[in-house]
Amino acid sequence: MLHPDDIGPTPWAPLPPLPGHVSRGRLERVLRRGEFAVTAEINPPDSADPDEIEHRVKPFEGWVDAINATDGSGAHCHMSSIAVSALLIRMGYSPVTQISCRDHNRIAIQGNVLGAAALGVANILCLTGDGVQAGDHPQAKPVFDLDSIALLHTIRMMRDEGRFLSGRRITGPPQVFVGAAENPFAPPHDFRPLRLAKKIAAGAQFIQTQYCYDIPMMARFMARARDLGLPERCFILAGCGPLASARAAKWIRANVPGVHIPDAVIARLEGARDQRAEGKRLCVEIIQQLQAMPGIACVHLMAYKQEESIAEIVHASGVLRGRTPWRRDLVAHMQAVETQGAA
Amino acid sequence: MRATDAFPAHGVAQRPLPRRSLRRWSVRHARALARLYAGFARALRAADPLFARIGYARLERPVAAVERAVKTTLFDCRMCGQCVLSATGLACPMNCPKGLRNGPCGGVRDDGHCEVHPDMPCVWVEAHAGAARMGTLMRLSEAQPPIDHRRAGASSWLQAARADAAP
Repeated sequence: MLHPDDIGPTPWAPLPPLPGHVSRGRLERVLRRGEFAVTAEINPPDSADPDEIEHRVKPFEGWVDAINATDGSGAHCHMSSIAVSALLIRMGYSPVTQISCRDHNRIAIQGNVLGAAALGVANILCLTGDGVQAGDHPQAKPVFDLDSIALLHTIRMMRDEGRFLSGRRITGPPQVFVGAAENPFAPPHDFRPLRLAKKIAAGAQFIQTQYCYDIPMMARFMARARDLGLPERCFILAGCGPLASARAAKWIRANVPGVHIPDAVIARLEGARDQRAEGKRLCVEIIQQLQAMPGIACVHLMAYKQEESIAEIVHASGVLRGRTPWRRDLVAHMQAVETQGAA
Repeated sequence: MRATDAFPAHGVAQRPLPRRSLRRWSVRHARALARLYAGFARALRAADPLFARIGYARLERPVAAVERAVKTTLFDCRMCGQCVLSATGLACPMNCPKGLRNGPCGGVRDDGHCEVHPDMPCVWVEAHAGAARMGTLMRLSEAQPPIDHRRAGASSWLQAARADAAP
């Protein structure tokens, strides 16, 4: 059953404004109601064919509250995050648009924020971005005109003060729920909770963490964050995802910037007869441990090339506690009931 | 033919300044250097009337040249023209390949080295260590505004002499 606040005139239209909310999207409402949320992420296609996006997100429907469209993740070229988000909105999904500081300067970024909001984007994630050396165009010019904190500050200024960074007035400010990323597993570890606080002070309303495979390290980070009173000031979305095999885990650890996978995890996968199934089991256990950790509002699932296993993992973990996130047939059903009632 | 064959990649990016040993020495001795630097800043502020009499515009080029020489040697300074060394544990954030002035990115390796240059310690891991030595860890939490690219190459010393003397 969909919550009445989450139903708009059409699945693709912004929801009616609600007091205490900055955006007109579903994700902010689910989080503010205190429901444990699930978000996921797709890597946009290397294609101009919109059907490929529909095909990729289909397995998420009814299992996740929002879908991130990554912005050139790993510094690889793909369809743009804003275009993917606009296509997802047209289908009825709630996207989280990612903006990385690597590829655009402050002029382009602010223009994109206005454009994205005009297309119906309700959630924006502000990222520094992976270095160009990690991608398929290492000879590209890294821009990094803003950093993630300056980007958060900029979007908040655009939304709340109705001004560009230059001070020039915006006639229709972007109504967006703004987030950022944090990596609790990268050095300097003592500084990470303070950096989280810095991001919240700059305007972050939700925080997505890097993949969590190290529960004790995450628990230490969260304990420090709670000491600083941070979970009351922003929603923490803990990242996780299934590892396909021990070999894949080793490859990710060596090649994907910022992913910390303890040796014990790799040993556990190596010892399993069916490594893929063990990877999913491990992911389910991590999700359950994250949900039990005070201050975590949501799990953010990143399952590259294992998108079809999302439903199985979310179901097995029981994190939704029987709740069903938006699904197009639910809306169709409700509209049918309404029409009948009116007749 | 693939486009990459026509425009071959240049391979791994070259770091323009390979003088990291002294930069690291400076961070290791951040406490003493910071005290020296604070004294120097006071001297700069005291010199404001003198500088004003000579004319800041006339001083810009020679002072910037001296500043470049000193700070490049000690900190691998990139002359961004808006120095934040005192707020970053004396580790110059412009040495970060992403030019991050507000803290480390999420790509720092488990050994504390840079995501882009695996042989280089992360500037912000050093900044954290330097700030701990200086007792200025809280200053890392100050939000730094986005850089003003017009100031590249300008003297931060003259700026400090002038700005702080104003009130």
